[in-house]
Amino acid sequence: MTGTIDRVGAAAAETSFLLNGRPVTIRVPPIRRLSEALREDLGLTGTKVGCNAGDCGACTVRIDGRQVCACLTPVGQVAGRHVQTVEGLAVEGPAIGGRGGHEARLTRLQASFHRHGAAQCGVCTPGMLMAATDLLERNPAPTRGEVEDALGGVLCRCTGYRKIVDAVMGAAEDGIAFLVPQAGAAVGARVAKTDGIAKLTGEERYGADAMPADALWLRAVRSPHARARFRLGDLAALRRAWPGLAAVLTAADVPVNRYGIYPTGKDQPALADGEVRYRGEAVLALVGDADTIESLTDADIPIEWEPLAPVTFEAARAGGAPVLHADLPDNVLVRGRVVKGAVDDTFAAAAAASVVEVETAFVEHAYIEPEAGWARRVGDRIEIVACTQTPYMDRDEIAHVMGLSREQVRIVPTAVGGGFGGKLDLSVQPLLAVAAWRLGRPVRWTYSRPESMAASTKRHPARIMARACAGSDGRLLGYDFAGDFNTGAYASWGPTVANRVPVHATGPYHVPHVRALTRALHTNDPPAGAFRGFGVPQAAIAHEALMDDLAAKLGMDPLEFRHLNALRAGEPTATGQVLEASCGLAACIAALREPWRAARAAAEAANRAGGAVRRGVGIGCMWYGIGNTSLSNPSSMRVGLRPDGRIVLYNGAVDIGQGSNTIMVQICADALGLPMDAFDLVTGDTDLTEDAGKTSASRQTFVSGNAAERAGRGLRAELLRRLNVGEDAALRLEAGCVHARDAGGERTLRLADLEPDARGDVLSAVGTFDPPTTALDEDGQGVPYATYGFAAQMAEIAVDLELGTVKVTRIVAAHDVGRAVNPIQVEGQIQGGIAQGLGLALMEEYVPGRTENLHDYLIPTFGDVPEIECILVEDREPLGPFGAKGIGEPALVPTAPAILNALHHATGVRITRAPATPDRVLAALRAAGVGVTP
Amino acid sequence: MGRYHRPLALADALATLAGGPATVVAGGTDVFPARLGRPFAEDVLDITGITALKGIGLDGGWLRIGALATWSELAQAPLPPWLDGIRRAAREVGGVQIQNAGTVVGNLCNASPAADGVPSLLALDAEVELASSAGLRRIPVAEFVLGNRRTARRPEELATALLIPEPGPGARSSFEKLGARRYLVISIAMAAAVLEPAADGTVGRIRVAVGACGPVARRLPALEAALRGLPLGPDLAGTVTPAHLDGLSPIDDVRGTAEYRREAALVLVRRAIRTLTEQA
Repeated sequence: MTGTIDRVGAAAAETSFLLNGRPVTIRVPPIRRLSEALREDLGLTGTKVGCNAGDCGACTVRIDGRQVCACLTPVGQVAGRHVQTVEGLAVEGPAIGGRGGHEARLTRLQASFHRHGAAQCGVCTPGMLMAATDLLERNPAPTRGEVEDALGGVLCRCTGYRKIVDAVMGAAEDGIAFLVPQAGAAVGARVAKTDGIAKLTGEERYGADAMPADALWLRAVRSPHARARFRLGDLAALRRAWPGLAAVLTAADVPVNRYGIYPTGKDQPALADGEVRYRGEAVLALVGDADTIESLTDADIPIEWEPLAPVTFEAARAGGAPVLHADLPDNVLVRGRVVKGAVDDTFAAAAAASVVEVETAFVEHAYIEPEAGWARRVGDRIEIVACTQTPYMDRDEIAHVMGLSREQVRIVPTAVGGGFGGKLDLSVQPLLAVAAWRLGRPVRWTYSRPESMAASTKRHPARIMARACAGSDGRLLGYDFAGDFNTGAYASWGPTVANRVPVHATGPYHVPHVRALTRALHTNDPPAGAFRGFGVPQAAIAHEALMDDLAAKLGMDPLEFRHLNALRAGEPTATGQVLEASCGLAACIAALREPWRAARAAAEAANRAGGAVRRGVGIGCMWYGIGNTSLSNPSSMRVGLRPDGRIVLYNGAVDIGQGSNTIMVQICADALGLPMDAFDLVTGDTDLTEDAGKTSASRQTFVSGNAAERAGRGLRAELLRRLNVGEDAALRLEAGCVHARDAGGERTLRLADLEPDARGDVLSAVGTFDPPTTALDEDGQGVPYATYGFAAQMAEIAVDLELGTVKVTRIVAAHDVGRAVNPIQVEGQIQGGIAQGLGLALMEEYVPGRTENLHDYLIPTFGDVPEIECILVEDREPLGPFGAKGIGEPALVPTAPAILNALHHATGVRITRAPATPDRVLAALRAAGVGVTP
Repeated sequence: MGRYHRPLALADALATLAGGPATVVAGGTDVFPARLGRPFAEDVLDITGITALKGIGLDGGWLRIGALATWSELAQAPLPPWLDGIRRAAREVGGVQIQNAGTVVGNLCNASPAADGVPSLLALDAEVELASSAGLRRIPVAEFVLGNRRTARRPEELATALLIPEPGPGARSSFEKLGARRYLVISIAMAAAVLEPAADGTVGRIRVAVGACGPVARRLPALEAALRGLPLGPDLAGTVTPAHLDGLSPIDDVRGTAEYRREAALVLVRRAIRTLTEQA
């Protein structure tokens, strides 16, 4: 069955306009959103759709030169006008290499974005570029404030905005010359992204960007209730009433209707079977032509609901609540435990002790790209093209759900428009697979923004009770932690959170006596899963509040107290692990010492003047184990040499914007001893690449980077052997030959003389790495991670005592990354992590049914993320590739604690419920009697 | 799917409305978000082709803001200082994309309790011009917005302009918006104030309105009366008391508690008034 779907209804009319300088005429309903017409009818998918509500600005185009949201513009309004999209930005100027070998042209602005690392995942980039183009045409030399005002309507979830402002300010600089490191000089270079150009021209293909023309559309019908039983009505009548429906899928159509991250946690149905456990859970899938799927509303669907009282977090904690899953009668999914020493005894003997209770909310990943993809059946195989952070787990999970072998499943990841952990769980994949398999036709699905927010996983809300004590010498003695985590309706990554948190509960300090206990509890809330930090950011709010309070009780400076207690090489962690090296927290804290003293003094001086605004400076420290907790998490990379002398890195590590497509090439190039620009990438296709594991747990630089290094060294060894030269020989590629020079002279290998393998490579090598860890015993003792990232951040804020608003004015972030393989990208991760930490601290709270959009759920905008100074501490990790560790999650963890500690410094009020929204801050100030002094 | 009309003449638009109900579309910034996940089943009247509805200008003692005038046009037009308040509001609506497409009149007609333009329009004593095939009528903004998403516009009418009377000499205005982030933010609370100073350096007339603290934005007549005749100086803002805000009826929602809104509104009103006195 083939044929295109007629999307032109009776109300279609011709509209003629100029598109990127060329006249076009389309025949569509004039009320159609311009964004949809550009993408679906004109094939220009460079314009992205993030919300269809004017909340995110991703779809920003220029109409007659002015930036507007294409999602809010009816096609009929552009008649006779000039529409410019990202594809129309660079029509002249020098060409450079684009996607798949195409030549691309860049404007100065685009080139500046590339140079400054202003695009990470790149899904907001077209909108940013269009808004900035509008600004620069009117104002070629804007101030930073003018850039922020002009671009303030576009949200970015990756970058923290600072590098975007830098790029717009730097757009007047000349040229498209980018740094190309010489052989052996790639690691440590501020090199632009290997996959960066396509993100700037609109060529990059995300989940929703490469749908087959003949695909059927799919839409899920989702539960409006948190907990309910339901009965399906007459679906045959529905099919008769809507002839455009090709299928209505129910739970009975899913071969194995249970999936989940852990082998023991396969508890989530692709379609609910008679009972729903959270608002937003899918109960039916409608498959049909586009018009039918778009026209059907939930009111047309015959479902009889019987709502039940939902199990809340409080009820689950109290016990005795209705049971969500029969095998877990107390609704406890998992318990985590780390115990060392005799913690209770230490409190009796301590010179100072502090207690804190912390409460955090659901936090939404809010990647700007909603989940999207398509699937097709090819013989007895199913192929899924979708955005994902974990193609190999998807492959195995789809095989499980479909009752197929893993060889029958092919996962082709698209570019990913942000993930942050949210695209580690299945989304569109299982129902696309079921539909495409049954119907024998390609099927496509793009989540709407409300659907993305209602259906996907969240950060676990936490209720934490923690206490810590120290001796009169200022040294920490004991730490006692109990944390409950709301894991929602299904297991997802709940066990990961429950197991990771106890290991990290003390914070990055040496504490002799520790008890850290966690529970992940099921509720009728959305499944809480993986989100940048896996519970550690919540726990960090507790330990950093305690450190400040203990320092105060002991009369010590908060920074110096932390410096004294910072975990150092040779000291055991709470799990009894002794880090031998790369333990750079003390160096990070020391790097903050001067700015800290200056900022604290300046804030205190300013506050003596009184007034409605009070300034404060706070510090937060963190550590973070890189990779899975005590679980094998290997990665393999393949590198091949083509007959023409091009090098292919088969890279299964999905780049979700953080930059692994660049990092892996940098590492492999230096291991091989050949330049980066000789490399081409084949990325994450389960048929073409080795299993590099998931993009999660800050593991790709450390784990897959090691695999890339080993692959590079393997290929180098093979070349040296064939060329019969020594270890220190210098390699050079030229005209299909590898030349080697050492003390014995120059030798040449003609690659065309070698027999290519099935991939077309004449030589290749595979590298594999699995971080050395051990299982944890019943007290949580052992080696859970091979290495840890460390950081200290300080935040300067201004609090409005009359309104309770908090403005973060500056952050200084010192991170021990082992080695910065690419400092631009490390800075980008730090700045982006800080933006998310700022959101966690001050504004982000997902409430099911209330904040399922990007105007009620707030993430930081251009004007909310302050100046950020990054200090890179490079305490080399001997196990890491060229000494590198990870940075993705560490960047976020200390930010919220630093801001909340700054709030305390400014006002004397300790807020431990996040987010600290203006109403909560003002209520806390009032309760403490803090107000404006006349 | 319904019909789509995009007439070039006002008379044709009014004839369409006379023929039956249609959803009026100008900037589209409220209409499309409300249709997320729902197709347009109804007829649509897109008024953006009607040149007569464009423009902002002073004429015969009135400032006329045409139905197609966008927030950006209002922010960038050369206008006297007594419009500073609403022009500040213009720069706080959504992001620049929204300001470039969204219209001042549309913001009013959408009748959101958190509409950024309405407090200033109330404080400016603005009137709405409504046209239908039967003719024109004008009603004050205060009588136009009836409730959350409800206005006095009849289905056959089109709001064609806002008309703002030119105030007395030396008049000035201010606007304060409170949101939980810098850009793209729905107001938690807002305050707008317009001052016409008396010749003796006291408050001649002052009009103050608060938004997002009830189903519709409201003027604060008790406060306005209390301020009249007081000296224009740094102490004026401090004379505002919580009782002056008794008419507000804020609610609890995800943006803040009712209690917080009440406190914040008081602060915003004081700051709006302080801005007026500091401009002196």
